[in-house]
Amino acid sequence: MFHSKILVTLRRSILDPQGKAVEHGVHSLGFVSVKNVRIGKYVEMDVDVTTKGEAEKITREVSEKLLANPVMEDFTFTVEEVSS
Amino acid sequence: MGEWLIGECMVNQLTNYSVNQLTRMRLKFAVVVFPGSNCDHDAHYVTETILGQESRLIWHKESSLGDVDVVILPGGFSYGDYLRCGALARFSPIMKDVVRFAENGGLILGICNGFQILVEAGLLPGVLLRNSSLKFACKYVRVRVENAKTPFTSCCKRGDVLEIPIAHGDGNYFTDPVTLKRLEENRQIVFRYCERDGRITERANPNGSLSNIAGVINEGGNVLGMMPHPERASDPVLGHTDGRRIFDSIVESFILARSTSSSGHQSQLVRKEGVGV
Repeated sequence: MFHSKILVTLRRSILDPQGKAVEHGVHSLGFVSVKNVRIGKYVEMDVDVTTKGEAEKITREVSEKLLANPVMEDFTFTVEEVSS
Repeated sequence: MGEWLIGECMVNQLTNYSVNQLTRMRLKFAVVVFPGSNCDHDAHYVTETILGQESRLIWHKESSLGDVDVVILPGGFSYGDYLRCGALARFSPIMKDVVRFAENGGLILGICNGFQILVEAGLLPGVLLRNSSLKFACKYVRVRVENAKTPFTSCCKRGDVLEIPIAHGDGNYFTDPVTLKRLEENRQIVFRYCERDGRITERANPNGSLSNIAGVINEGGNVLGMMPHPERASDPVLGHTDGRRIFDSIVESFILARSTSSSGHQSQLVRKEGVGV
């Protein structure tokens, strides 16, 4: 069994109104040094296969086909073995 | 904290006209308009046209509520529900004055998104999670009045069942067990989703709320948050008027408070400390 952690982030070129709104909130709290707030998604999942290579392949495919939209998002992930 | 004087409902026995004659003045409602609010005009219409009180829409960029008796945070999707529902509205300039108003005992009614804003602003305990069905729920529900000794429910009796619509995707009330116990002990749970006959059942719970909670009040008894929309059940033309009892209660509470301060008729009134009665 493997555990995947996937981070989906908006591409730099894509405007992030949610990030902008949150940035205003951060500034309202007094943290004026904070800049370029951008919001992404974090996904965890278990992959029940025998090799790490297989788990990575499945995680990449799931990310490409569903978790991230390649038109506007990038993704990175890690895969760790866990006891099943 | 504010101290509210609650007694038997007078509004049922008097027309608004005579009530207004009695007090010789009208309540001043303020409905805060956030970017993305969409029930602001409904709340304004009910308070002004149906209740016959003064009512003002206040843009969130204002820094002061001005001279006002009751503040309504209306339903909608403030800031597009970015980050979490209600999370960003607390940074709107007007919210500083709303918090000050609450701390001074002013009456605040948060409806739906207004409830979400109140919990995010720390004026009410708990959070509102995604509906357990994962669906946006838009329908009439029934809620049981659990505490009629609040300025928002004085025209109801404990156990009354009100039929009021909900319209939300994130109304699943949640809090930790310690807070829940405190809410129960202080009678801060004002409404629970129920069956037609008042029974609290799983089936009557439209969103998975902990303990069927539909509305809670703060410890001071002056800030109420509720997911159902009383402003959508106040005009007879819409078929239901149970929501009006909440607005009538607010008006009544002020009339009682004022008639006491002017005539000293304390005997008719129940003196109340906090909401624990």
